[in-house]
Amino acid sequence: MASSSSYNCPCAACKFLRRKCMPGCIFAPYFPPEEPQKFANVHKIFGASNVTKLLNELLPHQREDAVNSLAYEAEARVRDPVYGCVGAISFLQRQVERLQKELDAANADLIRFACNEIPTGLPATQGVNSLHAVAAPRQRPVRIGNESGGSFYQTPPNFHLPYPLSWNDNNPPGNIHGGGVDGNI
Amino acid sequence: MSSTRCAACKHLRRRCPSDCIFSPYFPSDNPQRFAYVHKIYGASNVAKILQDLPVNRQSEAADSLYYEAHCRIKDPIHGSVGIITLLYQQIYNAQTQLSKIQAEIAVLSANAQTESKYQQQVEHMPNFDANLLPQQKGVYDPSTWLYQNGL
Repeated sequence: MASSSSYNCPCAACKFLRRKCMPGCIFAPYFPPEEPQKFANVHKIFGASNVTKLLNELLPHQREDAVNSLAYEAEARVRDPVYGCVGAISFLQRQVERLQKELDAANADLIRFACNEIPTGLPATQGVNSLHAVAAPRQRPVRIGNESGGSFYQTPPNFHLPYPLSWNDNNPPGNIHGGGVDGNI
Repeated sequence: MSSTRCAACKHLRRRCPSDCIFSPYFPSDNPQRFAYVHKIYGASNVAKILQDLPVNRQSEAADSLYYEAHCRIKDPIHGSVGIITLLYQQIYNAQTQLSKIQAEIAVLSANAQTESKYQQQVEHMPNFDANLLPQQKGVYDPSTWLYQNGL
């Protein structure tokens, strides 16, 4: 009877690096062998040793999210070597600004409707509903972003975003996983 | 040869050649810029990325690399993807709010039109003058459902 093999299928990282995949390999949980491109991209942009350092600075339960975001950034950079993820950020920020303007206009319309009076010849006691009885205007216009009213996130100093868009609706960045993050930099 | 090295060559402790790939984009007066980029990507990866681009795109690439490195240092778990997630959430929230407001406006608009029609009907009714009512001849007796002649 053959003894059970203790051979571990090498992870995508160790396959790529052509090395033995040891038990406890830091890459193995996050770079399965059936996704070779994921590690290839990460290696191309960040390098294996930088990724190792990054992961070692995190707690084990944080590493999966970190690897997924690194893989996302790496793929974005491979697709768009000039802007990477910043192209998507620029595009989405424009959408936020556009929606804010639409919200402001819609709020102004709502207030106008709610405050508008329709002239009537009937005595007030007839019980006819007037617009005064209809929904009260909003307490304050809806704002998106920071309560301070500034741009929702601060770009790093000396960095401007007047980029032509390489990301568009036909080429979305893909599904994003991850929890909420403070957008201030 | 100028003794002023770029921030990259200072950081890497090497001579800054005249055709240094980093020097146009990592000036010596901003050491943090290269430090961040070096920490996340490594000098050789940055050099490869820049060298693969036409010269007129290298500046923007350096800026975006710095931006992403900055995001990653501030948020080691999510990096710039955290900002993308936040933006998507804000867009979703804004679209939801906008739909609600537009629905409210539609209701108010419909009510306003109904009010307007009702007002038009009332304005066209003939004037009511109580003097035109026939004079009551007697007293109405509820028990007999008859008017008793008051004469």
